[in-house]
Amino acid sequence: MNEKKMRQNKLQITIIFIVILLITYLSAAITNFNFLDSVLTIPEAIGWMVSNLMITSETLDRMPSIMDKLLETVFMSIAATTFAAVISLFLALLGSQTTKVNNFFSVLARFIASFSRNIPVVAWSLILLISFGQNSMTGFLALFVGTLGFLTRAFIESIDEANQSSVEALTATGATYFHIVNKAVIPQSLPQMLSWILFMVETNIRSATLVGILTGTGIGAMFDLYYKSMNYQVVALITITIVVTVILIELLSNQIRRVIL
Amino acid sequence: MSLLQVEGLGKYYNQQTKVLKDINFEVESGEFISIIGPSGAGKSSLLRCINRMVDISEGHVVFDGEDVGSMKKSELRRLRTNIGMIFQHYNLVPRLTVIENVLHGRFGYKSTLQGVLGRFTEDEKEKAFELLGKLGIADHAYKRCDQLSGGQQQRVGICRALIQEPKLILCDEPIASLDPNSSKIIMDYLRKITNEMGITCLVNLHQVDVAKEYADRIIGLNKGEIVFDGPSNMLYEDRIESIYGIQKRELITV
Repeated sequence: MNEKKMRQNKLQITIIFIVILLITYLSAAITNFNFLDSVLTIPEAIGWMVSNLMITSETLDRMPSIMDKLLETVFMSIAATTFAAVISLFLALLGSQTTKVNNFFSVLARFIASFSRNIPVVAWSLILLISFGQNSMTGFLALFVGTLGFLTRAFIESIDEANQSSVEALTATGATYFHIVNKAVIPQSLPQMLSWILFMVETNIRSATLVGILTGTGIGAMFDLYYKSMNYQVVALITITIVVTVILIELLSNQIRRVIL
Repeated sequence: MSLLQVEGLGKYYNQQTKVLKDINFEVESGEFISIIGPSGAGKSSLLRCINRMVDISEGHVVFDGEDVGSMKKSELRRLRTNIGMIFQHYNLVPRLTVIENVLHGRFGYKSTLQGVLGRFTEDEKEKAFELLGKLGIADHAYKRCDQLSGGQQQRVGICRALIQEPKLILCDEPIASLDPNSSKIIMDYLRKITNEMGITCLVNLHQVDVAKEYADRIIGLNKGEIVFDGPSNMLYEDRIESIYGIQKRELITV
């Protein structure tokens, strides 16, 4: 790179910076978004939160029913994740470059995975809501489908990353496909896979709240109910219990990860 | 009849680049042969054509009187039980123990169910420990493979090949990722396998000196063609030059 080119580069960066500023200003102007005004509303919003989201002893009475719904949500997330994990394992074995049976199934498995992954879980809930109605099956299925796509993708990567060489070696000894998958691929990738499953359980507990609002199940439905009846103290309590649960699950799964990896 | 015959073997992954062109040679039982040549000369492809880890494009490979190229799946399995393979990167399952990795060598003799359940006979287990003892790593039998040094892992790889009770062992750059000391240990063991157990070895090597020291016979490959085939002591400087090309000469003599 010579001096002239360096100058050119600097000029380019300056131009790009100015363009970004211009786009930001234009977008704000078009959408009537005023940065200063929004900053000024912050203190007011905080004031509202403090006065309305205070948890009183009265709201604590609702704790048992909240815990009940929360447990339902946690179990639903775990069930959806584990079911999806089992099916993902098969899809991943078919889809992986290292363990694929043939190209047709490989492409098919990858297609199923990317199809279910690239539609957001919220969209899945709404689509399934129409066909299955408002019940816990819908929530379960929405989480299941999203998890399936993500886990298949993650498993394919774990398999490809860890096993190419040992699969080659075992093929050369005359081992069959099932020998190789059972005795080399799965033992080698299992910790990685468990780690992904734990990650998905955490994520699903978070999304289950949103999915619940849409499909009327679990803690999400309860949140929605109190929110619409303007009982904000209970809404605050529910939010805090969700946050605490997610943190606890995260700590727990970190602990499990440390043991298995 | 010789153990292995390669006749007019050609290999190409696409139309433009022929990795191997008209390869002809025979291997007698009990030979220790080294294949040398620059990177990309086709050494690995040649070995992998012999146990058909890659498909043969033209010509024939005849192992023990049977044509490798026309074998069906079950025949191919039987062929592979008779041919052990050793790799540059050992290709073990790192999270499993040494003894498990060694027993993997017996899968070729197992039905799918036996293998999946991991049913190994007492004889097989004893044999595995005996081999580990022979290669001086019996103490590590219950350690995970990723805790072993490179040289030790390669010895596990050798055990896995030997427990197959093969007639031929293919070694693909067995010492390319090892330090000089471990390299010597591994080459000594490979030589011992041929001398004491009568198993034929075909070893791909980068190092001309090592090839000359250990092998009875050397095959030189360059750009997919055999440019030298003869006893190691006949490999003079001018022949090395023809294998590696003139510009390489300075590199190897340093």
